[in-house]
Amino acid sequence: MNIHEYQAKEILSTYGIPVPRNRVALTADQVERGAKMMGGHCVVKAQIYAGGRGKAGGVKVVHHPEQAAELAKELFGKRLVTPQTGPEGLKVRRILVEEAVEIAREFYLSITLDREQSRYCLIASAEGGVEIEEVARKAPEKIHMLTIDPFTGLRTYQARKIALALGLTGGVCEDCVELILNLYKCCLEKDCSLVEINPLVVTRAGWLLAMDAKISFDDNAVYRHREYPDMVDYSQLDPLEITAGKYDLAYIKLTGNIGCMVNGAGLAMATLDVLKEYGGEPANFLDVGGGATREKVAEAFKIILQDSDVQAVFVNIFGGIMRCDVIAQGIIEAANEVKCLLPIVVRMDGSNVEDGKQLLLESGLNVQIGDNLGDGAQKIVAMLATA
Amino acid sequence: MSILINSNSKILVQGITGKSGLFHTQQCRAYGSQIVAGVTPGKGGVHIEGIPVFNTVEEAVHYTGATVSMIFVPPPGAADAILEACDAGLELAVCITEGIPVRDMVLARAIQERSKTLLVGPNCPGVITPGQCKLGIMPGYIHTPGKVGVVSRSGTLTYEAVKQLTDLGLGQSTCVGIGGDPIIGMKYIDVLKRFNDDPETEAVFMIGEIGGGAEEEAAYWIQEHMKKPVAAFIAGVTAPPGKRMGHAGAIITGGKGKAEDKIRTLQECGVVVSTSPTRMGEAMQEAIKK
Repeated sequence: MNIHEYQAKEILSTYGIPVPRNRVALTADQVERGAKMMGGHCVVKAQIYAGGRGKAGGVKVVHHPEQAAELAKELFGKRLVTPQTGPEGLKVRRILVEEAVEIAREFYLSITLDREQSRYCLIASAEGGVEIEEVARKAPEKIHMLTIDPFTGLRTYQARKIALALGLTGGVCEDCVELILNLYKCCLEKDCSLVEINPLVVTRAGWLLAMDAKISFDDNAVYRHREYPDMVDYSQLDPLEITAGKYDLAYIKLTGNIGCMVNGAGLAMATLDVLKEYGGEPANFLDVGGGATREKVAEAFKIILQDSDVQAVFVNIFGGIMRCDVIAQGIIEAANEVKCLLPIVVRMDGSNVEDGKQLLLESGLNVQIGDNLGDGAQKIVAMLATA
Repeated sequence: MSILINSNSKILVQGITGKSGLFHTQQCRAYGSQIVAGVTPGKGGVHIEGIPVFNTVEEAVHYTGATVSMIFVPPPGAADAILEACDAGLELAVCITEGIPVRDMVLARAIQERSKTLLVGPNCPGVITPGQCKLGIMPGYIHTPGKVGVVSRSGTLTYEAVKQLTDLGLGQSTCVGIGGDPIIGMKYIDVLKRFNDDPETEAVFMIGEIGGGAEEEAAYWIQEHMKKPVAAFIAGVTAPPGKRMGHAGAIITGGKGKAEDKIRTLQECGVVVSTSPTRMGEAMQEAIKK
């Protein structure tokens, strides 16, 4: 689960991590007043769920409040396209107005999960303000990594080694040690899958400041943080992805015209691969869960059909223990409810598979049965070609 | 022979009184697995489907001699259930539960690593030795006893692969679903090692997917140590980029994670990789003939 930069900074500041003075604005007027408060010279930052905003024109330094207001008018409602957003971009609904700071040095600092080690891992670099992937490619020796032992936690001496490796000395080095320890505390207590400060700066006056921040929460841990669901900005998500989320379905919109419903993420990915192999273009990725139920199948089917790009539907359910006749009923109910006339191919495996096929063939829907994965994919591509 | 479980495995089920715990207990027993005990805190003393239920794993082990656990405990208590299985000195714990918070698993994994208990999962379909013992939620009927070991991060895609193997007459020695979570117990290499040492496993089919670098690690291990033919499939060749997994994650794996890279590495290490999920069984046949 992602949150905005301003929310990440709010959280970091509750852990004593210094952030620039700022105001979140929903209107150009608020941006103007925010800019006045900062003394006119300030930074205007569009809040979207993606990085790469600077190059896309979403982060700019302004010199007086009127200029801030003008820029805000331009940004509000605009879809900002960055390398991380996809071609449609993301709509700007909030703007962060922040004090301009005189920067002496910039660093990169983050804590995330190291899957290979099954541990949290601290990553630091003296190359701040650029993407860490780029540093990893061009100058991997500039990256300092530390695997954190869950029994001891992150120790002060370890944080100090990192701060020293970044080239910090004296008081600001000790400030950085404290900041690193607090960042780890935040990562654990808030169940983060990523906390990232990029750049972390030292100002000309010698203070540390988190100039930009990103936090992602572990989706599995949202249940123990009651405030998290209210932090989601739905304007940043695809409406169908939101609906799917309510029913606990994993849905990702793609660019093709064949709607897909599959149980299990691996099989769902493999199904997209097969469709492409046979010349089809999937309209979505949709995982109804390994043990798909009749209700979930019905909801999933309706979500797929809400996408106006969809011209055919491919269902691939390897139920196994689940009864195929029950799954078939779910599909038929949903298709009838939304009066679906589109070509459908259903490939099912599991118990009562013959009963399930019979039900589908007698349903009056424009449906064919796929005998296996390849056969199903071929049939839906063929049905679409003749439709 | 087989790996991890066989017809002598005595199984206890943690979370046996829950809906899916009970359903799959029945399914496993119908397959022929020896389920000797259940554990649900607070329900000790009752019998469910004729199976005695205990309050703790320790008690269940003491009274029934169970050596293996299958865990269906819901996410908030699942990490604790894994640790309880380790503390009771079980040989193997298979955690089916999906959705355990990462922070809980980091600690549970660190403690489990120091214990004698092997962990499979979490978020996995389980382990099956066809014809002998089913310890998980996979459909038993698609499996057939034989000599191909199967190891996979996926659930239903594994069923697809197993069915293709069975349809081609390639039975399985043991199938292990290692789980799709970022933090899991046994990894590919841990399972491959056991298949390598198992006299009745003659070939291995491996199923992977995008993300992380586990398949590459396994590929290098196979090149170095594997004495038996290996075939593989990697899902997600056409998965769209842009749905990124978080910023810093990419650097740890050093740019790994793409399906093409995994496929290339596996091929370079002598693994036959099926280019299509419709030909997984054929890829295994080809690897065996080579």
